[in-house]
Amino acid sequence: MIIFVGVIVLYWLRLFYIQIIDDKYRVDASNNAFRYKIQYPGRGLMYDRNGELFVYNEQIYDLMVVPMQIEDDMNWDLLSRILRLSPEECQDRLKKAKKFSRYAPSIFEKQISKEMYGQLQEYLHSFNGFYVQSRTLRRYPKPIAAHVLGNVGETDEKDLVANSYYRLGDYIGKSGLEKYYEEELRGKKGVNVVMVDVHNRERGSYKYGKYDSVAIPGTALHTTLSISLQEYAEELMKNKRGSIIAIEPSTGEVLAYVSSPTYDPNLLVGRVRSANYSKLLNDPSKPLFDRAIMASYPPGSIFKLAHALIGLQEEVITPNFAFSCDKSLVDCHSHPSAVSVSEGIKMSCNPYFYGVFRKIIMQGKDKNSSADSKLGLEEWKNRITKFGFGTQLGIDIANVKSGLIPDSAYYNKRYKGPWNFYTIYSVGIGQGEVGLIPLQMANLAAIIANRGFYHTPHLVRSIGDGGHTRKIDTVKHWAGIDSIWYVPVIKGMYGVVHEAGGTARRARIDNIVVCGKTGTAQNPHGEDHAVFIGFAPMDNPEIAISVFIENSGFGGTWSAPLASLLIEKYLTGTVKRMDLERYIKEAVFNNGIKR
Amino acid sequence: MYNRRETGKKWWFSIDKTLIVIYVALVVIGWFNIYSAVFDPDTAGTFSLLSRYGKQLLFIGLAFIIAIVVMITDIGIMIRYSYFLYGVTAILLILVLVVGTEISGAKAWIRLGNISIQPAEFAKFTTALAFSKYISSPDINMKRVFSQVKSAIWFAIPMLLIMIQPDAGSALVYFSFFLVLYREGMSGRVLLTGAFVIFLFIMSMLVHQYWVIGGLGIVALAVFFYGKKTFGKVVVILFVFLVCSAIVFGARYMFDRLSPHQKSRINVLLGKEVDTKGVGYNVNQSKIAIGSGGFLGKGYLDGTQTKFNFVPEQSTDFIFCTIGEEWGFVGTTIVLSLFLMMLLRIIMLAERQRNSLYRIYGYCTASIIFLHVFINIGMTIGLLPVIGIPLPFFSYGGSSLWGFTLLLFTFIRMDSMRMSTI
Repeated sequence: MIIFVGVIVLYWLRLFYIQIIDDKYRVDASNNAFRYKIQYPGRGLMYDRNGELFVYNEQIYDLMVVPMQIEDDMNWDLLSRILRLSPEECQDRLKKAKKFSRYAPSIFEKQISKEMYGQLQEYLHSFNGFYVQSRTLRRYPKPIAAHVLGNVGETDEKDLVANSYYRLGDYIGKSGLEKYYEEELRGKKGVNVVMVDVHNRERGSYKYGKYDSVAIPGTALHTTLSISLQEYAEELMKNKRGSIIAIEPSTGEVLAYVSSPTYDPNLLVGRVRSANYSKLLNDPSKPLFDRAIMASYPPGSIFKLAHALIGLQEEVITPNFAFSCDKSLVDCHSHPSAVSVSEGIKMSCNPYFYGVFRKIIMQGKDKNSSADSKLGLEEWKNRITKFGFGTQLGIDIANVKSGLIPDSAYYNKRYKGPWNFYTIYSVGIGQGEVGLIPLQMANLAAIIANRGFYHTPHLVRSIGDGGHTRKIDTVKHWAGIDSIWYVPVIKGMYGVVHEAGGTARRARIDNIVVCGKTGTAQNPHGEDHAVFIGFAPMDNPEIAISVFIENSGFGGTWSAPLASLLIEKYLTGTVKRMDLERYIKEAVFNNGIKR
Repeated sequence: MYNRRETGKKWWFSIDKTLIVIYVALVVIGWFNIYSAVFDPDTAGTFSLLSRYGKQLLFIGLAFIIAIVVMITDIGIMIRYSYFLYGVTAILLILVLVVGTEISGAKAWIRLGNISIQPAEFAKFTTALAFSKYISSPDINMKRVFSQVKSAIWFAIPMLLIMIQPDAGSALVYFSFFLVLYREGMSGRVLLTGAFVIFLFIMSMLVHQYWVIGGLGIVALAVFFYGKKTFGKVVVILFVFLVCSAIVFGARYMFDRLSPHQKSRINVLLGKEVDTKGVGYNVNQSKIAIGSGGFLGKGYLDGTQTKFNFVPEQSTDFIFCTIGEEWGFVGTTIVLSLFLMMLLRIIMLAERQRNSLYRIYGYCTASIIFLHVFINIGMTIGLLPVIGIPLPFFSYGGSSLWGFTLLLFTFIRMDSMRMSTI
């Protein structure tokens, strides 16, 4: 009797131990019988402003392996033949998978095409321990807009640490809109807890799917870009370095966004991604570098527009301010002296804006010229920052630079001693320390087109599909200049394109009034950079644009006509000036950089 | 015959309802767990008599009929023919070696048309009956070694025959009769010696035999220096030491002659080998199933380990896993308690028998059931090696259920007769 009781009690204690105290068996059980199948949602699609598809998803498959479940007599030859891998490679991968975990699944071969999956599926049942997981990859119907759309890659260590949502092998937006709108685009992974039997066959959901969660597809982005304009802009920018930003002034919507040289976004997708990525990374022309938001250039003469406006607003000049073209102050090209702000702009007279800037900086508030310049510069900085310079402008894309607007602290540090207007006068004509990104240049055009304000430039106008769209909020920023002061400035910009003596007469379009300003940014490393900003039509403008072409010399020669082609294309739908188009397309500025 | 109603009434009052309730509880719980063990979510909702749970339902029905038949049979006749019944099963056990059907390595089944029966399952009952009759006869004195040996022959014969099948598990069960011998006067030293021999066996597998001998030597020296040092004592110590050493070397010798898979089984159990996919697979999966049940279990029909065949033989030898996984610690506690209650109740009833045959038979019944429970559950929770042996009343299988039903209800019948004199 004691034996009976003793044995039963012993067993009972043992059961207490393995069922209640020891957790090991519970873990083993779930490894045994459950397969946590992650359901990867498709990333949100991206559309252009007319509903045309920019990006879609392609279904691919990852072959997963659970090393413990592989049977000794598996036909490895067959598997390696289907996957087109060498037997050694197969064993290597198995070893790697075992190192990761014998029980948990890991990727054996990633991104198997539909065709290969078809062949594999036929034999999959004979490969115990293997199963496929469906994934999606990005595909681009047109090889354009690589920088703005951005690319998607596998999560790296940093991503895993930063956000617990991600697991090794997940995809994440690495740049552009893909990165900025990652949370919207990625959707939500689902999990399907599937029971597997001892033969690795799936036997349905655990508890009728009680612990499952459904994958929620990513939400669509309705971008503000126009595919046709984008495509045309990229075509025109071939063989040139630089960038184009076109904005709809009344909304702040970005219509085209080009950084050149660019690349086919399909190159950075799937199995070819890593090889192509390093190729692009090592390309000396830096195609991965997004010049539109990351390159800071001296703006050149387009900066004069801001100074004309500030001067007028500060009332240190009047619209009829005259200043002789005194080349002893600052170098200029040959033209008659300007007797008004409009003429100064039209002819882009350097001494004229030397004069304007001197009046802005040295307002005589202090007798000491250094102290006076300091006061003036501080005031100027407040004013100029209102144009969005020195800020990221709040655009919805990742990695935006803010350029450089120098202030007195900057100059104190730089000159380590007294400085005044005469030390920094070149800022007045957009040279020297000042740096703008092309986006800010286009935004300046939008401000002038709007006669005083800008809407936050943005690339996505709404998120979601059908009835669930969410509009992107934008803010209307006042640039700090009363609208009356835009009249003489716009008159000058009209003259730049349409009047004799204007610097961008090649930008004329029949029946469309284009207002613009050229700029030539001195480049200590080589040929000057050419820039043109403008908008059209003059009344109720629909497009504001900046075209920046590195090392192409004078702004009126290349940038202005290129911009006008885009304006024509956008406003009329077609380009009639075929000769001009050919002239631009054939231009090559690829070797401008002197090393 | 003439007073049927009255005897019927008496009969109902005199049977032990507790045992019957426990029996029915075990059989019913067993059936539900067999249902769960073979339950397949893919084909849920269909009920098939051809499936294991369907067949088991038939077996249970038949078992109830057997129980009723036993309850109305004259126990005197049964006892009178007990040697005859013993002889019949012995012949069947020989027959099965000749014409038996081999299932998983053992020739244990006799096929009769659609039904196969396992004579070994019935042999337990007939052996218990004949054995009880034999040692309850007045000329047997269990204090005498000769009597002990003579009684042991009764269960040694079926044991040997079953060994030849070979079905080590079922053969092992016959060791339970030693417990009965112990109760009936056999010296406890025999049991202790047996336990010590088993201990030596295990030690000789675990560590090198010279360590075991060394240990024995130290014990021998300690015993020698403790107390008076007489010549006789030295002789006894030396003799015991030599016998023990012989056992150790013998165990080693036998172990080396085992087939590799048998060696592996023992090694895995002793923890000398870790092999979760091979030999240790069954035990490991069984422990996982039971261990993952936790306190309340995963819920009926919601076990994952047992459902998807991770645990082998889950409706027969490993049925306890289903309980452990789906009903958790609560379920295993209940089942263990039911078995303990049944065993204690049988012992209690046995002790109140005036008829020594009934008492001995009761002990046989309890011991046989106990050894099954001991080995079966011990195996599923990884305390004993994997020995194929059913869990009484639980495991799938007609022969086993009928055998145990016969065994138990014969005792209940005997108990109900305790007031009547023979």
